[in-house]
Amino acid sequence: MILKIARQFFRFLILIAIQVTLLNHIQFSGYINPYIYILFILMLPVETPKWLLLPLAFVTGLTIDMFGSSGGMHAAASVVVAFARPGVLRLIAPRDGYESETKLTPHVMGFRWFITYISILVLLHHVTYFYIEVFRFSEFFVTLWKAILNSAITVALIVIGQYLFGRSSKRNERIIG
Amino acid sequence: MRNLFLFLWKYNFFILFLLLEMLCGYLIVRNNNFQRASFINSTNEAAVKVNSVVSAATEYINHGITNDALSRENAGLKTLMPNVYYVDSAIRRSINDTTLKQQYTFMTAKVINNSINRRNNYLTLDRGSLQGVKPEMGVVCPNGIVGIVKDVSDHYCTVMSFLHKSSLVSSRIKRTQFIGSLKWEGIDASHALLDDIENHVKVAKGDTIITTSFSSVYPEGVLVGIVDNVSPGKGSTFQNISVRLSTEFGSLSYVYIVDNLFKDEQKALEKPIEEEQKTLEGSKR
Repeated sequence: MILKIARQFFRFLILIAIQVTLLNHIQFSGYINPYIYILFILMLPVETPKWLLLPLAFVTGLTIDMFGSSGGMHAAASVVVAFARPGVLRLIAPRDGYESETKLTPHVMGFRWFITYISILVLLHHVTYFYIEVFRFSEFFVTLWKAILNSAITVALIVIGQYLFGRSSKRNERIIG
Repeated sequence: MRNLFLFLWKYNFFILFLLLEMLCGYLIVRNNNFQRASFINSTNEAAVKVNSVVSAATEYINHGITNDALSRENAGLKTLMPNVYYVDSAIRRSINDTTLKQQYTFMTAKVINNSINRRNNYLTLDRGSLQGVKPEMGVVCPNGIVGIVKDVSDHYCTVMSFLHKSSLVSSRIKRTQFIGSLKWEGIDASHALLDDIENHVKVAKGDTIITTSFSSVYPEGVLVGIVDNVSPGKGSTFQNISVRLSTEFGSLSYVYIVDNLFKDEQKALEKPIEEEQKTLEGSKR
């Protein structure tokens, strides 16, 4: 149990560090600002209680807000994602449901399932965040375009990260077994 | 009462969601309000430490460019030194002190954190209340304007960059002396829009735009940018003037915090007029 919590905490630290030191500093055309820290909320274990998701998301968002002086904008968007997560998981559940202690990685759940899951929630997060940030209808389409473009980049980064650093548990089992 | 508790328990997830979103909303509104200090800002210790490391790395990479800029500025300042001028009268020295009274002081500061890719951008500087920084001071760099100080901690301050949706800089076309307001449109960090210049005013490509002293934030005459493109406004009496900003927000590393020593005086004098206008507007409705 302790090990599990430690693993989640470690992931939290790594994602925040990447977000704050690298991705927040991309200065390219004014369009590109992917937010991969949201992966922390997406990858929490399936059996995480619903009520715990919300405060965890709130704290995650607030941490990012602290580094970027963005008030509570990331916190608001993250909480929306945490609120939608159980519904989305139910919506795209495999035929025989989730086994307990299933890891939500492409290695376990399959590539197609993973990319659907990530895309829906990342898009939701980015759309929410960019609209809160602009808070104006006059820039409706520019904002939408920004949200979609950045979602694509975030999803790509997450998938690449999964294949570079995510351990394939099947292979490990085979080695051990 | 029991039913109420049952109801709350049944929808606990949704209610917790609403509560957290309301809290976020409160934080956001509080952060957007320029006059009030916000709780969540990057002057806290952890954020400053991490951001300093990142800025140290980028500063190392940008060393050459920064050195160039600083030495250019030094050359400019050296031409202003008193010993450059030929003193043509002996009286000049003695009247110098009584006719010139210092209005602005400048303090150098290092940029610890900076962004240009968001709709609302902020900077963090390594000067704070212990060095005399107060909210609403202006920040300029050798090439142009940067922003306005927002929150201040003991050793650090955050600056609302000009690249922000609520920034509005009163500025003047240097050649014709007409006054407009400059705002940022959100995408391109090197361009801004000069508004409130009427259609009959002749504006040429290449005209210099400078600040006015109306807002008491920036000193008068600081370079803002150069007119890039002019087109008559569609369905309005104002022209669309695109200005190429002289500040390169992407590569800021040292800036100056401007203290206007007469600011309180100007504000106090102008306050009754503002209040009168507010009551007049109120009575119209």
